[in-house]
Amino acid sequence: MLPLIAVLGLLTQPPVNVRAYDTPNDEGSSITITWELSPADSGGASLFRGYEIYRSLSATGDFRNVGFAPAGATRFDDGNTDIQDGQEYFYRLKALTASGYEESAVVGPVVSSAQWFNTRTVNVLVITLFISVLVIYYIRRARAGEQLFVRKIAGLDAIDDAVGRSTEMGRPILYSFGLSYLNEVWTLASLSILYRVAQKCAEYSTRLLVPHYDPLVMSAAQETVKQAYAETGRPDLYDERDSPFLTADQFGYAAGVDGIMMREKPGAVFWQGYFYAESLILAETGHSVGAIQIAGTTSVEQIPFFVAACDYTLIGEEMYAASCYLRPEPQMLGSLKGEDLTKAIIIIFLLCGAVLGTLGVLSNIFFDHDGLSIFFENIVQWFNTF
Amino acid sequence: MKRDIPIIITFLTGFLCVVAFFIPHPPLGDLQQRFLIWYAIVYGFTMVLGLDSLLKYNIKKITQRKEGWQYSYVLLFGLALVLVTGFQSWFKYGTPFELRSSFMYSYIHIIVPLQATMFALLAFFISSAAYRAFRARTFEATLLLVAAAIVMLGRVPIGKMIWSEIPVISDWLLNIPQLAAKRGIQIGVYLGGVVMSLRIILGIERTYLT
Repeated sequence: MLPLIAVLGLLTQPPVNVRAYDTPNDEGSSITITWELSPADSGGASLFRGYEIYRSLSATGDFRNVGFAPAGATRFDDGNTDIQDGQEYFYRLKALTASGYEESAVVGPVVSSAQWFNTRTVNVLVITLFISVLVIYYIRRARAGEQLFVRKIAGLDAIDDAVGRSTEMGRPILYSFGLSYLNEVWTLASLSILYRVAQKCAEYSTRLLVPHYDPLVMSAAQETVKQAYAETGRPDLYDERDSPFLTADQFGYAAGVDGIMMREKPGAVFWQGYFYAESLILAETGHSVGAIQIAGTTSVEQIPFFVAACDYTLIGEEMYAASCYLRPEPQMLGSLKGEDLTKAIIIIFLLCGAVLGTLGVLSNIFFDHDGLSIFFENIVQWFNTF
Repeated sequence: MKRDIPIIITFLTGFLCVVAFFIPHPPLGDLQQRFLIWYAIVYGFTMVLGLDSLLKYNIKKITQRKEGWQYSYVLLFGLALVLVTGFQSWFKYGTPFELRSSFMYSYIHIIVPLQATMFALLAFFISSAAYRAFRARTFEATLLLVAAAIVMLGRVPIGKMIWSEIPVISDWLLNIPQLAAKRGIQIGVYLGGVVMSLRIILGIERTYLT
């Protein structure tokens, strides 16, 4: 009987070391409460229910329940909308058990406020500034007349051939953005590829079909195609109905595009955008109708499917480079060069990190010295605060 | 001027979003969220454009008796059905998403099975793509074939029965070379995204303004 009483006694102990402070790096109106687990929380988990958080405007005032944290939790962010910056608040916790509850001591006063800088983003700021400076530097160098080398991108070189082949076969061209939305960077990258494809289509008087998943992308794409046709001197060829909205449903869109491919038998198909599981359904149908296929996506999971099913694939960043490649103006090429140099620096960082990490482990094993591994862990920790 | 105004708007919006990422203090803190709300409102209106486009495309197909024009009738019927059941459920239950409503009935018993059917087709497409990709015509293709065979065997019990080390090698292939390649591509994608965004904010990238 005595051990049972002891356990029940444990179950009614309150959490200890309760702290309340302004939530750091936020836009205000939030207070964080932390505590150490009540002894009952680890002892009788099945009987322990959790913690109720109470707030009041004064230490002796009326405490109001503002939230609940389950057993095992040691932190609660009180971000209720009624919290006002500059107002003093007091907190108290109730540890709830099957047999009752126990209250912690009152903590406070605590005041919430908004911060002017998010210190957790220092690393992002440093890297962003570094990349920006490099890109701007190379843009200036390119503007000054320096010749910059860009390696060949087979998928982009093949655009003209694909449109030409399709024209010779008397078949239309199909271009898809996949499941992209207009607020995504790859969609804007894809628009520049569409512009080039549309120019070629207008030049060869080839029909261009662009079925859509998103009506905003549809509007942007229609304008892009229209502009390309106008600039090539063939505005008469433009037909808005060749750029229809199909559906905003993933597999409905796949079925719709497959249907268009089976009926229209395009000679060339461009998959340029963001794709999910429908990528292979689309690409295999394109292959079955004998189309030359040029894919490009930043979706790492779908790249292998496109590589397996398409003739050319723009892998990840190559898609972003498309506009620079297709319109090799100095400032465009300069930005590409800046990006490449950043990548080279990152590779050097990764290699140094790998060597440092390995040396750290080896010095730990052979010399019982952990200085290097601690230094390595600190670097990893800094990056992990992303 | 026609191009300058959008470029200025883009610069201000992009710059404010970048600044807001580092400064949580109002009014910048929730700026991105506010922009997303604006985007959602604009998106809502563009659905009308989408509907208009869909109707025009299918009516053209029907009137011109293009190949598969009969399916356009099915589509128009489906569109009308969803609208009618949606409104009917809304009036009856206050929301079209009530599980007993005719709207949800048509969703659960028509749309979901159709989606599942399309998704299931993926299995056949994977087989046909794998057949082409795994033909050992070059060294790289042979390497791919061997790696794929090991990974596939490592995922099923028979692999372990053949040789107990196959699952270990399979995991190694997935966790070391595969993951390294994947992360390499991801770093390139993120960097490319940052630089592309920079080009857009600075007004260097203007293709989207056509």
